[in-house]
Parts: sequence; C-alpha cells; structure tokens
Amino acid sequence: MESLFLDIAQTLTGWLQSLGLSAVWADFILLIIQFACVAGIVTINVIILIWLERKVSGFIQLRLGPNRLGPWGAFQTIADAIKLLTKEDIIPTRTDKWIFRTAPLFFITVAMMLYLVIPMGDGMQIVDLNIGVFYFISLASLSTIALLMAGWSSNNKWSLLGAMRSVAQMISYEIPLTFSLLGVIMIAGSLRLSDIVAAQSNIWFIVFQPVAFITYFIAATAELNRGPFDMPEAEQELTAGAYTEYTGMRWALFFLAEYTNLVAVSAMASTMFLGGWQGPWLPSWLWIIIKTYIIMFVFMWIKWTFPRIRMDHLMSFSWKVLLPVSLANIVVTGVGIYVFKWMGWC
Amino acid sequence: MALEQDVEVLEKNNIIVSTLDKLWNWGRAHSFWPLTYGCNCCPIEMMAAGASRFDMARYGYEVFRASPRQADLLIVAGPITLKMKPVVERIWAQMPEPKWVVAMGNCATSGGPFKDGYAVLPGCDSLFDVDVFVPGCPPRPEALFHGLLELKKKVEGKS
Repeated sequence: MESLFLDIAQTLTGWLQSLGLSAVWADFILLIIQFACVAGIVTINVIILIWLERKVSGFIQLRLGPNRLGPWGAFQTIADAIKLLTKEDIIPTRTDKWIFRTAPLFFITVAMMLYLVIPMGDGMQIVDLNIGVFYFISLASLSTIALLMAGWSSNNKWSLLGAMRSVAQMISYEIPLTFSLLGVIMIAGSLRLSDIVAAQSNIWFIVFQPVAFITYFIAATAELNRGPFDMPEAEQELTAGAYTEYTGMRWALFFLAEYTNLVAVSAMASTMFLGGWQGPWLPSWLWIIIKTYIIMFVFMWIKWTFPRIRMDHLMSFSWKVLLPVSLANIVVTGVGIYVFKWMGWC
Repeated sequence: MALEQDVEVLEKNNIIVSTLDKLWNWGRAHSFWPLTYGCNCCPIEMMAAGASRFDMARYGYEVFRASPRQADLLIVAGPITLKMKPVVERIWAQMPEPKWVVAMGNCATSGGPFKDGYAVLPGCDSLFDVDVFVPGCPPRPEALFHGLLELKKKVEGKS
C-alpha cells in the first residue's frame, strides 16, 4: 500500500515511453495528469468538507445536521452543487465585467497552485522546490487580490467594504504567519518541504515550536477568513462581503476556493509542525490525510465555538499580540539553536 | 405514446432513462436556501425552526443567505407595509431564477389583523405568485416544515 500511487505513476511513465515518447514528454504528460488529480482531489475534498462542516456545526449546536438525503445526509452537498450549477447567472449592469468574471477563476487557480509543493506522501510531491515554503507563503497571499478584484468590480458598497476589510486583515496576519514558520525553517535549516519533513523523523517540530504552532494556527484562521475572524463576510454588517453580487456557480467557485485554501493550510500545518507524512504502520499518504483532517476539524471546532470579534480588535490583536509573540519566538529559537550547538547536543 | 413505449422497452433491458430536468429538480428541491427576511414574530418561529429543537438542517434548508443573489427561497414572514413594498419587490427581482416564495403567517397570507389598515398590503400574493401559504399567527416551526416539504413536492413535480 505504501508505494501504491508511486507504482501507478511509474507504470504510467513506462507505458507512455513504450508508446515511443521521449522521457521529457512522458514527464510532461505525467505532470498534467498529476495536476488533474490535484483538481479532482480538491473537488472531492470540498464535497466531503462542506458536508462535514454542516454535520460538525450541527453536533456542536446540539442539532443533527443534514440527515434526509442518503446515509447521514451524505448526498446533501451534491444536491446543493446541482442546484448552484443550474442557477441563473446574473452579472449586474454596472459592474466591471471582465474583472467580475475573472475574480473567481483567479481565486480558485491560486488556491490549486498551493498543492504543487505540499508533500502528500513519501516522495509524492509534484514539484520539490528548494524554496517551497516561500512559494507557499507568497501564493497564499495572492488570494487577497482575488477578493479585492471581486469587491471592486461588483460596484457595490458592501462588496467594496468587505474586500477592503479582507485585504487589511490578510496583510496584517500574513506577517505573524510568516514569522511563525521562520522558527521551523531555522531549526530545519532549509526552505525545501521534503527536507523539513525529513528533519522531523525523530521528533515533531510542534514540540520545539509550540508557540509558533499556536501563532500559525491563529494567523491561518484569519488568513482563511474563517470564524471567529470572518470579518470580510460578516453577514450582519456586510450581507456577504466581497461575494454579495455573485450568483450560482461563480459564488460556488469562491466557496470552493476557500475550502481549497483550508485544506492547503491544514496540510501545510501538518507538514511543518506535525511531521508531515511520517508515522508508524499506516502508509504515508494516509498519515497526511489523517493529520490534515484532524487540523481541519479543529478549525471547524473553533469556528462554531467562538463569536466573531470586532474589526479593530482583530487588527490590534495582530499587531500588538501576535507579531511581538512571533518575533520573540524567533529570538528564543535562535538562542536555543546556539545553546544546543554550544552544548554539543546537535 | 411511441416515446413512452421506447422507454418501457429500454427499462426491460435494464436501461433507466431519466431527464436532466428530473435531476435538476431533485437538486433544487433538496436545497432551498432561504433569504433572511421577516418582521418580528414569524421570524422568531423561523429562527426556532433552524435551532436545535426543530432543526431545519435535517432537510438541508438551513443555509440562510443574507444576499438575495445567493438565495432560492423568499420566506415572507410578516406583513408588507406600503413603505416596505418597493424593497420586497426589488429583493425579489434581485434573486436569480429559479426562485420560490413561501408566505408564512396570516399577515403575509392575507394581511391578518392589519388587513383593513391604511398602510399594510392585504397579503403578499398581489406582489408575486406565492407557491405555498403557511397559515398561523405565528405558525409553529412544524407548520413551516410542512410548508417547505409541500414546496419540495411541488418542485419535484409530485403534487
């Protein structure tokens, strides 16, 4: 079971080469297949996640959640997807049409590109970049632009306010997010994600970097615009934030992208702090799925437990609490590494 | 008739024929996303319908959307004053097709106790074609569920 997907990839490459293709072309076709697999995995994951979110919210609020369609309401999301696909597509007349149309596409593209560097098992990485963490952080912050595009082009006050809020929030929380990952990078001594996973073969980095993990988690919640930091979508104040004017499938694409980001950030958390695909007995690709789902469950748990906090509190929390804490964490980590080396422990 | 016979022949050979409309209506009937709209006491029952004792989420109808662009169902829960009338009409126009209306409570159905008032519309059926009337003052959450399930039957073409 361990090398199931690698064997499939190898057989496929062998078959392509047996057709008379050169090795470069075979690799190229394999890359396209891998990307198609990522798109498929993401879509299936989102269908499961939305169902899970509704079930988890139900159980937390002492309800049952969807249970009429299929076993435990498993087909509920499929019904929703069919309905959203067949809804009327409204583009209001006063919008900036091209930006309005491209914003959801841009959002989902950026969200899917995050998966290029995440190791989804032993040797199961589409591209093993030597600046993997940097790539991840810089792409993750690009999704801000998609939200700003949506808000600006809608020509609607709620949309614009929601977009401005999300930009302010995401830029503020980007900094503690990056700083919290720096501690891990300092210990592992590499920006390559496979090296970081390999460095955790004996002990997970959450043991050395508990503060960084908590800062990362909080910053990631804000980065994903999820509750209790879902200011850009605050329904009571802004109807639906940047998504107010979007209908049917265009709106669903935004939703898809948000959940895609959620999976990517959770997979990143398990790679950086929880040992990635490493674990006993079970195959490596199953381990990262288990770890990612546990982290996503905690995200949902937090969302349905805490009330939304106010915008100014949100900003001051980032700049006055999270940023100093993450900076202090870097200093302490640096001193710690020096002491470890001086004592000859590593 | 020839078409139906063809379908029967196909069914005997284990080929099930369906139309896309059936699939679409199945999806639509199982995910009404209501718009949050109401006046005062019917919405309290509507909120109770979403909360833990009654739990609208069982049918998958709990996704209340604040933006009319993403809603499928307008639950008119309360009287429509003449001042509110243009707003309701505008919200209705902003909702994308296919969309439905449920008139919840006596005020929305007929104007209720305010029927003879100078500022209240006697029933919302003068504004749009109402799909389901749910009488009551206010109707209990079970009554709202009954109304929504009747609407589900209507959308699936079974009523």
